[in-house]
Amino acid sequence: MVEPLLELRHLKKNFGALVVTDDVSLAVEPGELHAIIGPNGAGKTTLIHQISGFLSSASGEVLLGGQDITRLSMHERVRRGLARSFQITSILPGFSALENVALAVQARSGSSFRFFGDASRERGLNELAMDCLEQVGLGDRAFATAGFLSHGEKRQLELAIALATRPRLLLLDEPLAGTGHDDSQRVVETLRALKSRITIVLIEHDMDAVFSLADRVSVLVYGRVIATDTPVAIRANAEVRTAYLGEEV
Amino acid sequence: MTELAQTRSAPALPFGRRFELVPVILFAVFAAGPILASASGAEGYVLSLLTRVMILGLAAMSLDLILGYGALVSFGHAAFLGIGAYAVGILASHGSEDALVQIPVALAASAGFGLVTGAISLRTKGVYFIMITLAFGQMLFFLATSLAAYGGDDGMTLPERSRVAGTALIESDVAFYWASFFCLLVTYALARAVVASRFGRVLRGTRENSVRMEAIGFQPFRYQLAAYVLSGMMAGLAGCLLANQTEFVSPAYMTWQRSGELIFMVVLGGLGTLHGAIIGAAAFLLLEEFLPEILHTLGFMLQEDMRARLVENWKMIFGPLLILIVLFARGGIMGLWRRGHHG
Amino acid sequence: MTPTLLFVQSLNGLQFGLILFLIAAGLTLVFGVMDFINLAHGVQYMVGAYLMAAFSAWTGNFGWALLLALPSALAVGLLLEALVFRHLYDRDHLDQVLATFGVILFLNQGVKFVWGAAPLNVPAPEWLSGSVELADGLLYPVYRLAIIVAGLAVAALLYVLVNHTRVGMLVRAGASNAPMVSALGVNIRRLFMIVFGFGAMLAGFAGAMVAPILSVEPGMGDNILILAFVVIVIGGIGSIRGAFLAALMVGLVDTVGRSFAPNLLRLFLDPATASQTGRAVAPMLIYIFMAAILFFRPAGLFPAKR
Repeated sequence: MVEPLLELRHLKKNFGALVVTDDVSLAVEPGELHAIIGPNGAGKTTLIHQISGFLSSASGEVLLGGQDITRLSMHERVRRGLARSFQITSILPGFSALENVALAVQARSGSSFRFFGDASRERGLNELAMDCLEQVGLGDRAFATAGFLSHGEKRQLELAIALATRPRLLLLDEPLAGTGHDDSQRVVETLRALKSRITIVLIEHDMDAVFSLADRVSVLVYGRVIATDTPVAIRANAEVRTAYLGEEV
Repeated sequence: MTELAQTRSAPALPFGRRFELVPVILFAVFAAGPILASASGAEGYVLSLLTRVMILGLAAMSLDLILGYGALVSFGHAAFLGIGAYAVGILASHGSEDALVQIPVALAASAGFGLVTGAISLRTKGVYFIMITLAFGQMLFFLATSLAAYGGDDGMTLPERSRVAGTALIESDVAFYWASFFCLLVTYALARAVVASRFGRVLRGTRENSVRMEAIGFQPFRYQLAAYVLSGMMAGLAGCLLANQTEFVSPAYMTWQRSGELIFMVVLGGLGTLHGAIIGAAAFLLLEEFLPEILHTLGFMLQEDMRARLVENWKMIFGPLLILIVLFARGGIMGLWRRGHHG
Repeated sequence: MTPTLLFVQSLNGLQFGLILFLIAAGLTLVFGVMDFINLAHGVQYMVGAYLMAAFSAWTGNFGWALLLALPSALAVGLLLEALVFRHLYDRDHLDQVLATFGVILFLNQGVKFVWGAAPLNVPAPEWLSGSVELADGLLYPVYRLAIIVAGLAVAALLYVLVNHTRVGMLVRAGASNAPMVSALGVNIRRLFMIVFGFGAMLAGFAGAMVAPILSVEPGMGDNILILAFVVIVIGGIGSIRGAFLAALMVGLVDTVGRSFAPNLLRLFLDPATASQTGRAVAPMLIYIFMAAILFFRPAGLFPAKR
């Protein structure tokens, strides 16, 4: 068996008496798209926060490529190749789409303690940023102000920003949430194009998307992983059906 | 602080692309200052008022660097003015009267103070940040009032203006005017470069969404701290100039009211434009200077004693005026300018 | 450093701390519930003192003056709320800072306009003047003891109000999660008006109480406002309990520090340097104290928000 790219060991998070994630252990293999599904309030977003370092964990470990990153802050994890998107779109609304991405390129290329020279004219940064925008199909909107993009475009922009950090692992928190049919179609296609190149952990409520994209699926219920398997096996799993999929499948 | 960012975004386009008329006019007016002054018939008065506008404009602009571009509402910025002024005063009283010694010392002291207080203040957010910077400003104010050797409450008078490389280069008011002009111009150019640079872009990004910046691998704290220190050093320079203009140094330079006035200048001029802060400082100081006279004119129908009372209590008009500006003139003077230009 | 002196200074510190608490209590609640930064809270204290001076000159009676000053201070507070503050709740902190700064300019000049720039004196009531002997040879002014008693009584009253009434419950809930409270269908504006008016009255009460021991003058609220900020930052914004403890700490550190810093330093330095350094360091003590606390707990001792 290959060494997992991301490994969670007995991860736990509680807010006071409320236990949100409980003893979560999970291994994500390099190259796979690993979906995490579960009913509302199962702790999916909290888990992403814990992996990305946005929230600290009460106990347990997070390993990236075999290295313990449990105590690292969010920005240090990014520098080790862990990028994420947010459930509620998080972009720089006053910047152009291109500059949103160029900043992410800037973050990994050279020092940002440079006080002279117009950053918005650095060709090296802009070209790489443009690349990422084109990968998500947003090349023609590069100079639009990010705050004025449509909702679906903002989600694509978030993907481009994440890609620009050159991640080994991409954490996506409901990238399809709130998008219309056409937009969601585009995001799914983008993900399909990306999945061979980058390891992805995906949280999503859209079951069609999950079962068409995922290599493996983990089911989180009340903060615990009750099953991890191929999409076909998950559909057939009786425990999962009663706990969660029951109404939908 | 995020709410601040969202309601007050500076122009979205990157800077330096377009030719900007406002700063050119602004500096042209300052450059014509000595001519205007001699034409006005009250040369000394006009020159000293304009010098003051430039010095406090420099201080306000330095504040805009962190307030407008970093959304850091520092309420203790006058402390840096005080540090600059006291560096000049204290060194002069020990016989170091050369600006080439005083200014580096003032900048180093401002940087040191900024580094220590910034590192503590930036651990906090929002309202806590406002209040902790306020408290640090007060701390320095009280320190100054207790420095009995340097005048304590009353402050101290400088024997003369700073010398430059041993010469009395800036002894005359006109020469000092040009020195202030030079400092303002250089600092402005520097600040413009900084906000457009890689560093400035990170700072602006942090203002808009600091979580997003962390999620792409930046640690906002380091950039905010560097900006805070840089801004403090610029204000320290303004303090050196202020001490030299008045040839007097006192704790009054760093009262919290002064910090409040600096914030007001920045907001009045328009956040996040740099030259807006200078214009705001000009508007503020001219208003302060001429409001009593304006009131005197407006009160022509009043009886003489009522009229005198009105003029004497001009601050009772000034305060509500400030409130009205906050409530109704959003975006400040630069905001009005932009709206006028884009229909 | 005699024990007697230490004791007297501690009593002074306690008295000062309680005055600070009266001011900080309103400030921290207004902050906690509405996220509203009100620089003009200090002038409420000044207005209280001036009203006390005016009514005391008019009635010639301390009790009547206090009885008239309190509702008047409340009225001033509510008037300001309706005229200015109400329009600022939706604005960011920067606008709030500036507009309330304008209120300070206006009122500081306003009291000069009405009462003149010269400091006013308010006589302490007959039955509270003089001193008592607390211990052998230890005299302490009765009026200062009365302030301590009144301060403790108000603190106790506030404790009951906040912890055992419906409004208090809403205030506590509002401080930890304001959107939730308005989601419950509570009229948050009216709640705030109550909190605000009450806070203004407490600050006015503090001003009225200190009027006989301080000179009543324009700008007297400015520096104490900063100290009140220090208090609520240390205590944790929105926390009455935090404000109480922090106010006492600040009062004690400041008062005791001022009289003993030179003596303490004499242990390490020669007397002349010690007294000079001591006098320089003493006024900075509370700020150093605050910085130290915030360094370890950036949200204060008892943060109400989570």
